Amino acid sequence: MTAVSASRTEGLDLAARADRVREAAYRMRHHMLDMGEVQGQGYVGQALGVADMLAVTYVDQLRLKPEDPHWEQRDRFLLSTGHYAIALYAALAEAGIVPVDELDTYGSDGSRLPMSGMASYTPGMEISGGSLGHGLTVAVGMALGLRLRSSSSRVFNFLSDGELDEGSTWEAAMGAKHHGLGGLTAMVDMNALQADGRTESVLSIEPAEEKWAACGWFTQRVDGNDVEALLAAFDAAAEQAEPHGTPSVILCDTKIGRGVPLLETREKAHFMRIDEHEWQQCRDQLTAGFEGASA
Amino acid sequence: MSTPTKKRLTTSAMIASFADPGQPTSSAPFGHALAALAEQDQRIVGLTADLGKYTDMHVFAEAHPDRFFQMGMAEQLLFGAAAGMAEVGLVPFASTYSVFAARRAYDFLCLDIAEPNLNVNIIGGLPGLTTGYGPSHQATEDIAIFRGMPNLTIVDPCDSVDIEQAVPQLAAADGPTYLRLLRGKVPTVLDEYDYEFRLGKASVLRGGNDVVFVSSGLMTMRALQAAQDLAEHGVDVSVVHSPTIKPFDAETVLRETRGDRLVVTLENHTVVGGLFETLAAEMAKVGEQQRVVPIALPDRFLDAGALPTLHERYGLARGSIVSKVLAELA
Repeated sequence: MTAVSASRTEGLDLAARADRVREAAYRMRHHMLDMGEVQGQGYVGQALGVADMLAVTYVDQLRLKPEDPHWEQRDRFLLSTGHYAIALYAALAEAGIVPVDELDTYGSDGSRLPMSGMASYTPGMEISGGSLGHGLTVAVGMALGLRLRSSSSRVFNFLSDGELDEGSTWEAAMGAKHHGLGGLTAMVDMNALQADGRTESVLSIEPAEEKWAACGWFTQRVDGNDVEALLAAFDAAAEQAEPHGTPSVILCDTKIGRGVPLLETREKAHFMRIDEHEWQQCRDQLTAGFEGASA
Repeated sequence: MSTPTKKRLTTSAMIASFADPGQPTSSAPFGHALAALAEQDQRIVGLTADLGKYTDMHVFAEAHPDRFFQMGMAEQLLFGAAAGMAEVGLVPFASTYSVFAARRAYDFLCLDIAEPNLNVNIIGGLPGLTTGYGPSHQATEDIAIFRGMPNLTIVDPCDSVDIEQAVPQLAAADGPTYLRLLRGKVPTVLDEYDYEFRLGKASVLRGGNDVVFVSSGLMTMRALQAAQDLAEHGVDVSVVHSPTIKPFDAETVLRETRGDRLVVTLENHTVVGGLFETLAAEMAKVGEQQRVVPIALPDRFLDAGALPTLHERYGLARGSIVSKVLAELA
C-alpha cells in the first residue's frame, strides 16, 4: 500500500490517470451493488451516479495514508450527505481504508458501516452527516483552522444539490469567500432529484453556477460522469489552493443509476427498491457496460 | 422664553445593567479572561457572529487579532466552523446571544459539536432576563433547551469572579460547554466570600438555620442580598450557589436541602426546565419529599421595558424575594 495516495502528483498523463479512475469507479460500483443487495434497498441510484466523482477524489486527488486514517497532514473529505454513505464506503474500500470483506456488514447490527454515515463508526469518515447543510460550515472551520496551523492540507466537502436549499450552505459559502479559503473545494452532486421529487419542482436552485459565482467562488460545472472532465475540473480547483485564495466549487451533473441501464431508467429513484433477482442483472449490466467501453 | 419640554422617559433596554448603583464591577471579565488564557495556550481561538462588541469578545479580538474570526450574522456557520476548528485541534470560544445559539443554531451545536464531544465553548450573551428588548432577545428558556443535549456542560455564573475563574476551566474541559455570559460592567460579588469556582461543583456561601436558598447565575447575588435583608427580619438564610447546572452537583445540594429548612430555588430562567426542575428531579430520584419554592421567571413570553422594572415585575428583585420568603414563613 502506498503511504500517500494522490495520483495527480505522480506524473502520470491524463489518459493514464483517467484509466485508473475508471477502473476504480467500476470496482466501487460493484461494491455498491453488493452492499445494496445486503439491505435490498438504499441510496444505490445516487451512489452509482457519484461513483466517478468519488473515484477521482479518492484515487487521484486526496492525500491520505490508508493505514493511518487520522494522519495529521491528510486532506479532509467531508460527506455532508450522510445518506450517501454506501458510496463513501465503496470509496474507502477502494482506497484501502476499509477492508473490502467488511462491506458485507453494511447496515447490519454492530457494523462499522451504518446506513447513514457517522464519524464515530467508520475510519476515514470525518463528520456525521445526515442533517443536511452542515458539511460546508464545518469545512470552513477546518480550512480556517488548518491555515492557522500552517498546514497545507485541503478540505473537500461533498454536497448534494438538495443541500443548496439549506440557508446554512450559503452562510458557509459567504464565509469561505470572505476568509479567502483557497484550500476549500465543494463538490456538488447535481442529480436533480430530492426526497419529494425533481429538484426543480421542490425548490428551484438554478442557475446554480451564477449563485456560487455571485458568492465569489471559482465555479465550474461539468458532466459528473465524464472522468476526463472531472479530472480537469479538480486540477483547476487545485490551482486555487493557496492559503489566501478563492474557494472552488465543482457542480457535477450526474445520472442516477449510472452504469446500470436497469436502474438509470427506474421511475422511483430517490430511495430505490431493487428486487432480489435484479441484483445479479445489475452487476451483469455494469460489467458489460464497462468491458464494452474499454474494448 | 421657550416652553419647558416634558422630560422623556428612557429605558436603555439593551444596555441596561442589573448591577446596583455603586456596586463594585469589573469590565468585560470574559474578554479579559479569554485574552489572558490565550497568552498561555496557542490553541485558543475566538469566533463571533456579528456580536463581538456585545459579548466582550472584542477584548480578545484586539489582543489576538490573528486568532479571532468574524463569521458575520450567520450562527449556523459560527458553530459549524467552531466544530471544524476543534476537529483540527484548536479550542474555540464562539460567542453570540443565547437566543441565537439555543434557538437558531441548535442542530449545529447538537450534531457538529456535542455528538462528537468536541471542545467547543459556546458563549451566550443576554441569558434569561438581562435585556428589556423583549422575547426576540430574552433567552428565558435556554437552559431548558440545552439540558437535553448530551455531553454539554452548562454554566450559569454569578459575577465577574465566576466568569474569570470559569474561562480556563471551560477550556480545559474536554467536551462542549455553554456559558451564560454576563457582559459589560459585571458585578463583583463573590470575592467577599471564601469561594472558588470549580466546574461541576456547588458551594455553600453562607450558612443559616431557617431557609436554604439554592441559586445560580445573577440570582446568587440577589440571594445573598435578600439573605442580608431577611436577617433583619430574624430569618437566618443559607445560600448554596450552583453555577454548573449540568452536570448538577446533586451531592452537595441535596446534603444542604435535607432537613426541615424551607428550600427556595432562585434562577434567572423560566420555571420550566431550569434549576428548580433540576433540583426537583434529583430529590425525586432519591425519594426526598420536601416542598421547594421556586423563584424564577414565569412560563410566559416576557414584556419589553426597563430591566429594573422587569426584575420587579417578574419577582427577581431583592425586595420581591424577601416578601416571598416572609409570606412562605408566615
